[in-house]
Amino acid sequence: MSNYFVEQDLTLCIGCLACEAACKDKNSVPEGAFYCKMIPVGPRMIGNIPVVQHVYMACFHCERPWCVDACPTGAMQRRPEDGIVFVEEDLCVGCKACMKACPWGVPQWNADTGKVGKCDLCKDRVDQGLSPACVTKCTTGALKFVTPGEASLKRRKEFAEEMVKGA
Amino acid sequence: MTSSTYSICGMCAVRCPIRVEVRDGEVTWIEGNSNDPGMGTSLCAKGIAGRALLYDHERLQYPMIRDGERGSGKWKQVSWDEAYDYITSKLKDIMAKHGGKAIMLSDRGGPFADMRKAFLKALGSPNYCNHDCTCGRNTHHASKSVYGLGRTGLGYDFKNAKHIVLFGRNMVESFKVKEVKAFMQAVKNGAKVTYIDPRAALTASKSTRYWQIRPGTDYALLLSMVNVILKRGLYDKQFVKKYVTGLSELNKFISGYTPKWAEKETGIPADEIVQFCKEVSADKPHVIFHPGWHLSRYTDSFYASRMIHILNCLMGNIEVPGGQFFPKTPKDAGYKGLKSLGADIPKVDEKRADGCGWKYKRFDGGPGLLQLMYEVIDTGEPYPVKAYFIVRHDPLLAMPDPEEQKRILNKLDLIVVVDVNYSESFGFADVVLPESTYLERDTIMRTDKGLKPGFSRRKKAIEPIYDTKAGWQIWTELAQRLGKGEYFPYKSIEDIWNYQLQDTGLKIEDFEEKGFVQLSSKPIWYDRDKLKFPTESGKIEFVSKKFEEEGIPSFKPYEPPKKPSEGEFRLLFGRTGYQTHGQTTNNPIISELMGTNCLWINKEAAERLGISDGQEVELVNNGISGKITARLTDFIHPEAVFMLHGYGRTIPFQTRAYKKGLADQAFMKGLLKVWDKAGGSIALCESFVKVMPA
Repeated sequence: MSNYFVEQDLTLCIGCLACEAACKDKNSVPEGAFYCKMIPVGPRMIGNIPVVQHVYMACFHCERPWCVDACPTGAMQRRPEDGIVFVEEDLCVGCKACMKACPWGVPQWNADTGKVGKCDLCKDRVDQGLSPACVTKCTTGALKFVTPGEASLKRRKEFAEEMVKGA
Repeated sequence: MTSSTYSICGMCAVRCPIRVEVRDGEVTWIEGNSNDPGMGTSLCAKGIAGRALLYDHERLQYPMIRDGERGSGKWKQVSWDEAYDYITSKLKDIMAKHGGKAIMLSDRGGPFADMRKAFLKALGSPNYCNHDCTCGRNTHHASKSVYGLGRTGLGYDFKNAKHIVLFGRNMVESFKVKEVKAFMQAVKNGAKVTYIDPRAALTASKSTRYWQIRPGTDYALLLSMVNVILKRGLYDKQFVKKYVTGLSELNKFISGYTPKWAEKETGIPADEIVQFCKEVSADKPHVIFHPGWHLSRYTDSFYASRMIHILNCLMGNIEVPGGQFFPKTPKDAGYKGLKSLGADIPKVDEKRADGCGWKYKRFDGGPGLLQLMYEVIDTGEPYPVKAYFIVRHDPLLAMPDPEEQKRILNKLDLIVVVDVNYSESFGFADVVLPESTYLERDTIMRTDKGLKPGFSRRKKAIEPIYDTKAGWQIWTELAQRLGKGEYFPYKSIEDIWNYQLQDTGLKIEDFEEKGFVQLSSKPIWYDRDKLKFPTESGKIEFVSKKFEEEGIPSFKPYEPPKKPSEGEFRLLFGRTGYQTHGQTTNNPIISELMGTNCLWINKEAAERLGISDGQEVELVNNGISGKITARLTDFIHPEAVFMLHGYGRTIPFQTRAYKKGLADQAFMKGLLKVWDKAGGSIALCESFVKVMPA
C-alpha cells in the first residue's frame, strides 16, 4: 500500500466513466488499454431495486508488488518515498511477466510501443500537490484521493453517524 | 509556460464552465471551472474528451463543396472565399425569386443562438428552427399551458428535495454536471427517488422505488396519481386555493382514473400507487416531479407532461427550497440584460412557413417545429423554402427516417452545413463550412439565469489548428457579403462583447478573473405570498383557454397504446453518460468507452423467439433491416426493445464510428409525420420493429 488511496463512494458513483476518460486523456493511454477501469456489476435486485454498481479498478500499489518482483529488467518499480508503483518505460522490454504476476490484471499492454503501462496515480500531479486526473474530474465527487488513515477515519465516521441515527 | 483560460465547454448542449490549461500553444488539461462551487473541478467523460476532439484529424478541416450528386461522398477542398461565393450567389438567386423568407436555418438552440437569429432576421426570414421538436417542445408547451411559462421558466432545487419523481428522466445518464452533482447529494442525504421507465436505466440503480412501466402508459399512471391525490385530499390546499384555477374541472375529469384501472394499463400495482401518493404528500412541498427533458416520445407526451406540471402544483412546490424555483434574470438583480445582436435589425413581417405562432397559435414561433418545415419544403406551401443552413445540428441523425428526409431535402436549391464534426447531415450538404472547436473559438456572451443570475463567456484557449473559423466570423462575413454589413459591423469578438454588454455596466475585463460574473452574491427568492404567473388570470390555470380555442382539450381522455404482435417490439432509444447524442461517437476517447450499440431485449420474450444472449439478431421495419447483438435482460419490458442513439454511422471519414452498430432513427419509418398534435414534438417511440435470429 502506497501512502495514498483512491477511495470510491459507490453511492455517489453513477458509472459515467469520466475517470476512464480522464485517465486516457491525461496519460495518453494507448488504444485498448485502461489504467483505470470501471467494472459494472449487475444489474441485480437489491430489495426491489435493480442495482448496477461500478467498481473502480486501477492499481492497489501493493506494499510488496507481485509485478515488481516479477520484472526482470527493473522497469517496474516502487517509489521508496511514497510507495507509488510505476513503469520506467525505457527499461521495459515487453516480456509481460508483470501482467502474468499481478493477481488483479493491473499492468496494461501498449500495442504501439510493445511495452507495459499502468496507473502511477498521476505521480507528476501528486508531486505538485494535486490529485490524480480520475479523482480531480470525477463528475459526482465519488472518487477521493486520501491516505489510508483518512479513508479509515471517514469510514468510521460514517458508520458512527449511521449507528447514532438508527438509535 | 502554462496559462489558464476560463471558458465554456462545447462537447454537449449543457455548456458547463471549464478551465483550460495551455502550454506552449498546446491545450494540455481541461477541468471544471471551480470558481463555480456547484461545478468544482468535475467534468464528464464527454467534456474530458474535448482535447481528443481538438487534436483529432477526423474532423472538418477546411471548406468543401460537393463534387458529385448530393450524398455521393465526393468533395473538393475550396477556400473560404470560394465557399462564400458559392453560397452568396445561390442565395442571391433564391432571394430574388422567392424573397429572404425562402431561407431557413436550424441549430440546437441554446444561449448562443442570438447571432444566428440576427443573421436570418437581416436576410428577412422568420424561419429559424432548432432541434426542439425532437427534444423539449412537448414539455415546453405543456408548461406554457399550465403556468404561461416556458420549459425553462422554472428550475429544480434537487439538492434539497425529499422526493424526486422521474418519468424516464434518466438523471444519471443524460446529465448536466452541476445538476447530477446536486441530485446525487440529495440521494446521499437520503432523498427518495421514484424512477419510472420500461427499461432500468442506471438511474433506477439510484432510486428507492423502480417501476417497470408498460411503454406508452405514463399518462395512465399520472392520471391515477392525480386521482388519488385529489380524492384523498393529499394536495397543498392552501397553495392551490391561492394560486390555481380549474381545480373543479380537473376533479370532474379525473374521477374514473382509479389506481385499479391504471394497474391494468401500466402493470403497476394499485396499492403501490396509493402508497406512493401518501409518501409524496407527506414530503410536500419538497417534492419534484420532473416534467421531462426529452419528452418527444409518444403521441400523448404533451398530456403526460401537463399532468406532471399539475402534480407539481398540487404539491405546492413553487418558489421553495427542495422544489421548483423561478430562475432569476439580471433584472431581478438590478441589472440590465445583454443587448440582442438583432435588436437594431428591422422586424421581419413575413409569417413563419411552418405556421407556428399564427396558424398554430399554441406553438411558439421562436424555434418553430422543424418537422413542419419538411412539409413546407416538400409541398412549397404556404411558400417555397429553398435554402437550408444546418448549424451544428444533425437532422439526419436526430430526426426520424433519414431516407424520407433526404427525399424532401433534395428539393432544396442550397444546403449549407456548418459544423465541427462530420455529421450525418454533412454527407448530404452542398457546401460545408468548418467551424473551429470550442477550444479554438470565442463565442458571444451568455446570460446565466438562476438563483444567482449572471453572465458568462466562452474564450478560445488557442488559435485554430486547421482552416476553420468561429461562428461569429462566419455569420458576420456572410452577412457582409450579402449586403447586410450595416447590421454586422464587427471586426473582432471584442466588438461583439462590447455591443452585448453596453447596457449592463460591465466590461470585458470583468470576465477575466472567473470566466463569469455573478450579479448577486446571495440566492434571490421571490416573496412566496405574492407570486405572479404570466397567464391571463395571473394564476396557474389547469384549464388552458389558449389551447382550447384551437380545439385542444385541457384534459384528454386516455387512449391505450398499441400492443405489439408476437415477435414485434416497440423501439425505444436513449443515452449514456459518456456519449453526446451522436456528436461524439467517433471521438478517439469516447469511441473506446462505447464502440457500438446493442439491442436490449426482454429475456423471456427473446427466448420465445429462439434468441440467446450475445447472439446477432435481425431488426426489420418497413423495408429497413440490419444486424445487431442482442443483450437479454429482465430489466426491460417485454413489449419493448432498446438501443443507444448515435450509432450506425454512414460517413466513411469517421473510421471509428463508420458502420458500427445500428442507427435507431433509420428504423423510425414514417415517424417524420407522427407527432403530438397538442404539444408539437415528434413521437420518437411510436415505431415497431420485428426481431428475429439473424
